[in-house]
Amino acid sequence: MKGLMTVFYKELADHFTSWRGIILFMTVLLVSVFATIGPQGAIAGLRAQLATPVQYGVGRFAFLYLFTASGQMPSFLWFICAFLVPIVGIVLGLDAINGEKNSGTLSRLLAQPIYRDAVINGKFLAGVVTIAIMLTTTILIVSAIGLAVLGIAPSSEEIARILLFWGVSILYGAFWLGLAMLFSVYFRSVATSALCAIGIWIFFFPWPTGGSLMSMAARLAANTLAPVSQTSTTAELVRNYGMQITASRFSPTLLFGEAITVLLSPGATTAGETLQLLTASGALWMPGAPSLSQTLLTIWPHLATIGGITALLFAISYIRFMREEIRAT
Amino acid sequence: MSKLTKQVVLETADLTKNYDKTTVVDRLNLRIEEGDIFGFLGPNGAGKTTTILMLLGLTEPTSGTAHIYGYNSTREPLKVKRITGYVPEKVGFYEDLTAGYNLAYTARLNGLSEDIVTERVKESLDTVGLSDKAEQQVGTFSRGMKQRLAIADILVKRPKVAILDEPTSGIDPEGIVQMLDMIADIAKERNMTIIMCSHQLYQVQRICNRVGILVNGRLVIEGLLDQLGREALGGGRVRIEVKLTEITSKLVDCVRRISGVVSVERSDDLLLITCLEDLRSKIAKAIIDANGLLVEMKIQSYALEDIYRRYFREA
Repeated sequence: MKGLMTVFYKELADHFTSWRGIILFMTVLLVSVFATIGPQGAIAGLRAQLATPVQYGVGRFAFLYLFTASGQMPSFLWFICAFLVPIVGIVLGLDAINGEKNSGTLSRLLAQPIYRDAVINGKFLAGVVTIAIMLTTTILIVSAIGLAVLGIAPSSEEIARILLFWGVSILYGAFWLGLAMLFSVYFRSVATSALCAIGIWIFFFPWPTGGSLMSMAARLAANTLAPVSQTSTTAELVRNYGMQITASRFSPTLLFGEAITVLLSPGATTAGETLQLLTASGALWMPGAPSLSQTLLTIWPHLATIGGITALLFAISYIRFMREEIRAT
Repeated sequence: MSKLTKQVVLETADLTKNYDKTTVVDRLNLRIEEGDIFGFLGPNGAGKTTTILMLLGLTEPTSGTAHIYGYNSTREPLKVKRITGYVPEKVGFYEDLTAGYNLAYTARLNGLSEDIVTERVKESLDTVGLSDKAEQQVGTFSRGMKQRLAIADILVKRPKVAILDEPTSGIDPEGIVQMLDMIADIAKERNMTIIMCSHQLYQVQRICNRVGILVNGRLVIEGLLDQLGREALGGGRVRIEVKLTEITSKLVDCVRRISGVVSVERSDDLLLITCLEDLRSKIAKAIIDANGLLVEMKIQSYALEDIYRRYFREA
């Protein structure tokens, strides 16, 4: 236990004092601030929306709109989902184990009287805490800007939703961290492990216009398994579409995107492909804004899946690292 | 040097390691006593590092056991690591952190409290002569400085045993001598037992009192440095080389009659005498009594180098 905390504090200090950490932090802050108050940012978009008050949801959840509004630029939420959290997770984890191997510090570390898992656990924990601190800072800054510029205070439900958004984002960050660490355990070269993680990021990357490489692949798979044509029946179309959605949902990015969209824009119910799916199956169509508990029910499977994938990735890295034989080279 | 009262620091029993089907370490039986500076010699790939990894519990042996101060390396690795300092061959540090921070991290991993950490770090850096570099980033260090820092790194936990894997690799000749002397001094001052891996004999000869030569995973010879040569090559016998102006058969007979002489061979103006002990004075007297003119007489020492070369050829 003591070894774990020692590794944790050292890694945490590294993340915040190294150039890598500082650059990462600056990037996250700059992008967030720019997405909020930039000329085409959220506040500009929000002002435009407020001018036409018919938009449902905006009135009650005006503060949340700060995170979801997009002008010419994608929303803060999109930046978090597509860019910031994946990058932070990947960068913090990509050389966690193989970096130590290459610099010759791992054998020295393992020669100390600590359990071997203290190393990997401490590093993972430090990464998650770093992500949490970065997200806290970003969300607070965006909120502060919102308060100052717009003069709207968040309601208690909005605060609860933002807190949930914060928690879910940490989980999502843990997924990317776990993925990067997995590659750092398997590959000896940092460049290889970094490329693998980046490759997966690109594959899942949600385009601002909607869709991703992953969803294209899902469509391809669905069209192969359940082909549709102009003469297809509704049942066939639904089946094809259901398959597409199921396949797309193997992407944690999509799951996270859906979850935070539902959390932060309750008025819009769901967005994008989710909305189409839900209306198609007729399961969940809500004319008004759902309550917080309804929202939680909706996103619960998403969270469980992201959590499950993360736990699985970490477990694989853990087992591999624990069983790996230190060899003379 | 009463051998019986000395504590056994390290003992292995038929320690064996196979990777796939190749045997890297083959039934190794080692016994190292307190205060020994043991030179673990062998060509590259002989299995030295694998042996060390098993001693530290970092790699599991295929069969056999290793104990350090009575702790089983495989089952109680944490206890072993608490009393054992290990300098790996390609030792590395966190380059963008200071030397002091690197050592403090090691100290903390050993569960030392903060006030002791500061004290130990200072003390260790002093010992290796790096106290003025404590606040400098390790990235700016030369190879030799890093090796010294590696020694300081194990001193932080005040180990009873230190295992050094090629501690002089990549250092210039002058630095090597300094490094070896420093290791010997530390061992003496702190009563530390040291196991030093090397493939360079003269380094081992400089500071070690006991050596073991490992070839292809087998310990081909092991023992105290000053006893080794004779036992290994001469079968416990001494060879004396005598140079004379002229050799007569009468003279040869005289020498042969000395008790303890096993054989006498002639070659040109040389007499090669094999005997059970150092009989130089008796031989000299016999030659002079037989009116021989003695030019030169020397005892042939079986240098460890001969043994080392011989086994290296085999390898």
